[in-house]
Amino acid sequence: MKAKARNADIDISKEFTPEQLKKVDKIIEKFKDRPGALIPVLEEAQMVLEFLPMPILKIIAGGLNLPLSQVYGVVTFYSFFTMTPRGKYTVRVCLGTACYVRGGKAIYDNIKKELNVEEGETTDDRMFTLETVRCIGACGLGPVIFVNDNVHGRLKPAKIKDVLSKYN
Amino acid sequence: MINITVGMATCGVSAGAEKILDTLKGVAKGIPASDVAVAATGCIGMCYREPLVEVSDGKSTFLYADVTEEKAKKIFESHVKDKKSVDEWVIIKNHSEGPEFGYLGKQVKIVLRNCGVIDPDSLDEYLGKDGYKAIKKILAGVTPEQVVEQMIASGLRGRGGGGFSTGMKWKFASMSKGPKKYVICNADEGDPGAFMDRSVLEGDPHSVIEGMMICGYAIGASEGYIYCRAEYPMAVKRLQRSIAVLEEKGMLGDNIFGSKFSFRLKVKEGAGAFVCGEETALISSIEGKRGTPKVRPPYPAAKGLFGKPTNINNVETFANVPWIILNGPEKYAAYGTEKSKGTKVFAIAGKASKAGLVEVPMGISINEIVNEICGGIRGGKKFKGVQMGGPSGGCIPASLADTKIDYEEITKLGAIMGSGGMIVVDEDTCMVELARFFLAFTQNESCGKCTSCRIGTLRMLEILERIVAGKGTEEDIPMLQELAQYIGKASSCGLGTTAPNPVLTTLKYFKDEYLAHIRDHVCPAHSCAALVKFIINPETCTGCTLCARDCPTKAISGERKQPHVVNESLCVKCGKCFTVCNFGAIYKD
Ligand SMILES: Cc1cc2nc3c(=O)[nH]c(=O)nc-3n(C[C@H](O)[C@H](O)[C@H](O)COP(=O)(O)O)c2cc1C
Ligand code: FES
Repeated sequence: MKAKARNADIDISKEFTPEQLKKVDKIIEKFKDRPGALIPVLEEAQMVLEFLPMPILKIIAGGLNLPLSQVYGVVTFYSFFTMTPRGKYTVRVCLGTACYVRGGKAIYDNIKKELNVEEGETTDDRMFTLETVRCIGACGLGPVIFVNDNVHGRLKPAKIKDVLSKYN
Repeated sequence: MINITVGMATCGVSAGAEKILDTLKGVAKGIPASDVAVAATGCIGMCYREPLVEVSDGKSTFLYADVTEEKAKKIFESHVKDKKSVDEWVIIKNHSEGPEFGYLGKQVKIVLRNCGVIDPDSLDEYLGKDGYKAIKKILAGVTPEQVVEQMIASGLRGRGGGGFSTGMKWKFASMSKGPKKYVICNADEGDPGAFMDRSVLEGDPHSVIEGMMICGYAIGASEGYIYCRAEYPMAVKRLQRSIAVLEEKGMLGDNIFGSKFSFRLKVKEGAGAFVCGEETALISSIEGKRGTPKVRPPYPAAKGLFGKPTNINNVETFANVPWIILNGPEKYAAYGTEKSKGTKVFAIAGKASKAGLVEVPMGISINEIVNEICGGIRGGKKFKGVQMGGPSGGCIPASLADTKIDYEEITKLGAIMGSGGMIVVDEDTCMVELARFFLAFTQNESCGKCTSCRIGTLRMLEILERIVAGKGTEEDIPMLQELAQYIGKASSCGLGTTAPNPVLTTLKYFKDEYLAHIRDHVCPAHSCAALVKFIINPETCTGCTLCARDCPTKAISGERKQPHVVNESLCVKCGKCFTVCNFGAIYKD
C-alpha cells in the first residue's frame, strides 16, 4: 500500500500544524449558520489541509452540528474530496471522450507505469498523486493532462517522462 | 492604434498562450498605450490552431495561428515598426477571407458573439458591445409577462440537453406564488468531451449574468446561483471577478439602474459528480447534500432550491437571452427549422481535422459541420460517424450524416441533441469499445439510488468487456437489448434512463462490428488490443530496442539498429510496445 495512511488512526496533531487546524476552526465558524454550508466548508478545509482524514470529518461534523454519516456521505460521493494524503503534485489524466478517442488511455497507462502507482494513489516520496478526470474542457488539444494547475496538451506517450521530470 | 489580442481560454493557455501574452507585453513596453494595446480575450473557437493572436490596425484585422514566442516577436515588429502584416502566417483576414475562412463561413455567432472578441475581464468592453442594454431596456418599461412572451415567441429551447421551451419554463416559474424565488445557471457541463459552456463562461461571462438577471426579472426572483464545475477554475474566477465588479458599480444588488428590481448572484462550485448536472441533484448539491436526484414532480418551478420556486437553465440558454431581447424574438426565430429555432454551439472533438467550437444555425446538416466546417477527418481517414449528446446520447453513422441539426430529427435516429458535444469518429475507432467507454462512465457516475441503474449498467458493462476481449457469445446481444430496456424504464432520473443509448445506437447502426468481435474474434477497427496482432514495420523501425526492453514477456527480439520482430506465440497483447514506440513503427492488424 502506497502512502495510504489508515486515516482512521491518523494523528492529526502530527500530520497538520496547529495553524492549519486553527484555520479549519475558523472556516467552520465562518459558514456555520449558513444554509448549504457543508460543501464549501469541506472545499476550504481541503484547500488548507490537502486531504480530509476521518478525525477532521469528525471535527467538521461536530462544528456544523451534522451527523458524521452525512459528512462522510458527502466526502465519498464527490470525487473532488480525498481522505488520503496527497503528493506535492497532482497529476490528473483526462479520460473524457475526446481525449479517450485520441489515445488518452495510452497516456494514462504510461503515467501509471512511470510513477508506479494506481489511480488515487500517491508515490512513496509523496511527490505525485495520480487521478483521472473527465474532460477539463481542453478537448481540442487532446489528449491532455493536468499537473496541479498546468495543462499539458497534444501529448504522446513518449513525452510523458519529459513532462513529469519538469516537476520536482 | 494597433490592438493585439491573445486567446486566453483554457484551450489557449494549455497550448502556451500565457508565454505569448508575456512576450508581447514585454516587447510593447515603452511604447505608449495609445499606440499599441496588448490584451487577453476568450476562446476564438479554433482550438486546433492555438495559440491564436489577432492584430487589428484600425483598418484590417489579421488572425495568426500556431504562434510561438519567436513568431510573436516578428508579428509585433512587422505590424508596429513596418506597418505590415506577416502575410504567410495570416490564417484569416478581416473575418472574411484567408486559408482558414472555411471554418467560419457557415457559422452564425449569437451565443459566441463576444467570445474571442472582447476581454472577458473588462466590463467596459462588454458594455461597448451593447452589454446590459437588454436588461436596461426591460427595466425601463417592459413587463415580466412581456419578457416571458418574447422568450416563447423566440422559440428558444433549453440548451442543456432536454430541449424544453425556455419561455414556457419561465412562465411556470413566474406563475408559482411566493416572495422568494431563485434563478440557477447550470454550468456543470457534465458531458465528458464537451466544452461549449466553459468557453462561454471564460470568454463572455457577462452575457450569462445578464441573461440570468433578465430571467430573475421575468419570474420575480431576486437571488441567483451559478453552479460551476470545480474542474473549470478559470471560469469560476472570471465569474467571481465579474460579479464583484458589477456589485461595485451597483449593477447587481438593490434597485438596479434605479428600478425596483434587485438581484444578487453567487457562484457555487461543484465537486466532480456527473449526476449533479441533473437539475434536482444540482439543487441538492447547492443545499450541501449528496447530489442524488429526486422524483419530479414537483418540478423546480414549483418547489426547488430550499423548497422555493426555482428556474434552472443552462449557460448557453442564458447567453442567448440578451441577444433575443435586443434584436427581437422574430430575428432569432428566423434561424433554424420549424421546431428548432436559433443557433446551437457544438464542441467538435475527436478525429475531425479542425477541432474546436462552432456555432451554427439549426437545420444545417451533420455533414456540413464535419466536412465543410471542420475539414473532414484528420490524416485522410474514413469518416465513420459522430457521437452526439455524450453518455446519454448516441452514435449517428456517416451514412445518415445528411440529417439536419434539429431536436426531433436527431431523436428519431436514437441519438439526442444533447448539450452540444460532438465527437467525430473515424475507421480507427471501435464502436463496441466506444459504447463500453460510455457505459463505464455512466456506471461509475450512477448515484446508486435505483437498482436498475446501479446494477443493470454494471451487468451491461461486464458483457461489453467480454465482447471487446473476444470472449462474447451470440446470446450477449439480445441480453444487452433486454437489460437496456429494463434500465431505460425502471430508473428514476435521466442518467439511468438514457445510459443504454450509446449501446442501443451502436447495436442499431454498427451491429456487424459486434458480430465480428463475437463470431470472428476480429476488431474491424484494429483497436481492441486483445483481438489484434502487433506488427513492426521494418521500414520505419530504427532498432532503438525500446520496445524489446519494455515487453513484459520478451516477445520482441532484434539486434540494435536492426528492425525488430514480434513473436506472436509469446505476445500477450498488452500494447506496451505500441505506446512506447517513438517512431510509430508498430501497427495493429
Ligand atoms: C444525468 C444528467 C446530467 C445532466 N447534466 C447537465 C449539464 O451538465 N448541464 C446542463 O445544463 N444540463 C444538464 N442536464 C439537464 C438538466 O437536468 C436541466 O434539464 C437543464 O439544466 C435545464 O436547462 P435548459 O432548459 O436551459 O436546458 C443533465 C440531466 C441529466 C439527467
Ligand atoms: S476530453 Fe479531455 S479535455 Fe475534454
